[in-house]
Amino acid sequence: MADEGAAADDAAPATEIAEQPTMFGVPCTDERGQQVLHPSRDEYLDVLGMAAADGFELCVDVCAVDGLTNRGRAVAPGIEPERFEVVVNLLDLRGRRRLRIRTQVPADDPQVPSAVSLYPGAEAPEREAADLFGISFSDHPDPSRILMPPDWDGHPLRKDYAIGAIPVQFKAVEGR
Amino acid sequence: MSTATAAAIRRPADAVLRISEEAALEAAVVEDDMEAVTAEPGDGPMLINMGPQHPSTHGVLRIAMELQGETVLRSKPIIGYLHTGMEKTAEDLTFLQGPTNVTRMDYASPLFTELVFCLAVEDLLGTEIPPRATWIRMLMCELNRMSSHLLFLATNGMDLGAVGMMLYGWKEREEILRFFESVTGLRMNHNYIRPGGVAADLPDGWQDDVEHILTVLPDRLEQFDTLMTGQPIWRDRTQGVGVITADEAIAMSATGPLLRSTGEAWDLRRTMPYLAYDEVDFDVVVGAYGDTFDRYSIRLNEIRESMRIVAQCLDKMPKGPYRTEDRKVTPPPRARIDESMEALIHHFKIFTEGFRVPPGETYAAVESPRGELGCYLVSDGGPKPQRVHIRAPSFVNLQSLPHLMYGGLLADAIAIISSVDPIMGEVDR
Repeated sequence: MADEGAAADDAAPATEIAEQPTMFGVPCTDERGQQVLHPSRDEYLDVLGMAAADGFELCVDVCAVDGLTNRGRAVAPGIEPERFEVVVNLLDLRGRRRLRIRTQVPADDPQVPSAVSLYPGAEAPEREAADLFGISFSDHPDPSRILMPPDWDGHPLRKDYAIGAIPVQFKAVEGR
Repeated sequence: MSTATAAAIRRPADAVLRISEEAALEAAVVEDDMEAVTAEPGDGPMLINMGPQHPSTHGVLRIAMELQGETVLRSKPIIGYLHTGMEKTAEDLTFLQGPTNVTRMDYASPLFTELVFCLAVEDLLGTEIPPRATWIRMLMCELNRMSSHLLFLATNGMDLGAVGMMLYGWKEREEILRFFESVTGLRMNHNYIRPGGVAADLPDGWQDDVEHILTVLPDRLEQFDTLMTGQPIWRDRTQGVGVITADEAIAMSATGPLLRSTGEAWDLRRTMPYLAYDEVDFDVVVGAYGDTFDRYSIRLNEIRESMRIVAQCLDKMPKGPYRTEDRKVTPPPRARIDESMEALIHHFKIFTEGFRVPPGETYAAVESPRGELGCYLVSDGGPKPQRVHIRAPSFVNLQSLPHLMYGGLLADAIAIISSVDPIMGEVDR
């Protein structure tokens, strides 16, 4: 399966419209030469496991995106954009290839399985995504806040979280 | 505690101290209790906080440590003290203003963050940048790698008691920062690399300044070798300290000198070339033992490799424009503004509204002095990005810290933190 997806991408990015290519059994798109997989939440861990077995041994990054103001964005055909997206970047050191995995996460149940059992290095990035977006990674070994204070309300990188400002009281200049 | 015992208790399944803030506080209260202090010290492990202000922690990093005598058991880096929400700020700045923001993340190597952001924007725009801009970027980034590694040598030396090294390292770094000032106008936080090219051409006589750096530095590096590399005390403090294997480093997502110290020759400049790194000749420096000494010597020798690249940039620097001629992203030349109303309007619109970037998402990565620096960028078609995520190598590499420190001595913990070379501005963003 892996070869099918790779071959289709290598052949001609512009002309492969006839059939949606897949990799590890999930839709695969080509973003200007970068391979992107679109598993559902149920397939997410399985796809990560298959990718790890296929040589993608280094989990470069896990981050989240809030698509609240970008609902019309393009995902793979047949995949409905949800409010949140969890984006995982993987790296194959031997094959020198990258793979990106975009998983749609609905707003009413922001939860995905944690990848820490497969990639221990995903721990801190997942904590960051959980902290700043309020997406909970189930079975995460340390689901505490990482950047914000532990008693902080809200998740700052969500689009409905205002930038805000702290009112500053300027002192009047004496004698004026 | 003898080193034999320390080795015997080395590395259980999990070196991370996973303890809640409340539990840590309770442990701390017991320590403050006068009775507990005056009583005979118990045999159990002790929980202490190192930082967040300790000068050896390279900024405001706090490490909760479990100590058995002088041996570090589990530990956990606690970060966020410098978190200012720069990724949130980036969503409110135009693509042209973006580099101003991201350059402040890794303040020791600001040009790399600018570069990776601009590479991501250019990928979405589909803009080709002229060769001169590519080579200027490469020249400046390699000089920045040198200045960043010199800063590492300075602080690493000071952490291990080579206080003189602090002065020497800063002195040489200053030479490079002086060149940066003449090119970009600022010593740090340059905002020099912009989408479409660079902000300004290299000034007249830049070759002389660069040649000066290239002639002065080799002698200084020899001095550093004498001062540290061959010195028995230095070797005792660093060799065999904080060892990590290649498999462990890959599992912990470590990149940069931390990964290369294990013998894994992974350098994005070589393995996934960007800019024109496939046209220059340089070696990827790797270690063998994955210890603190390897990480030190990799950085020292990477300065030499960077000097080779800079020398080739001097020879091969192409002529031509220093930014793209694409009027969509590049403002009109200053002279045109005086004579053309349209040019003035165009200039005004680019700087107030910004340019629009086609919708899409992309990931760009460069090899920063600390490892893989990535930028995940999502655009919704507007003049401001929908999401900017910076994959900060310091942030990810810091995860390896409990693993590196486990079973080592407290004094070695300082050497290990220093050898990971975290920049807290980048960790917390």
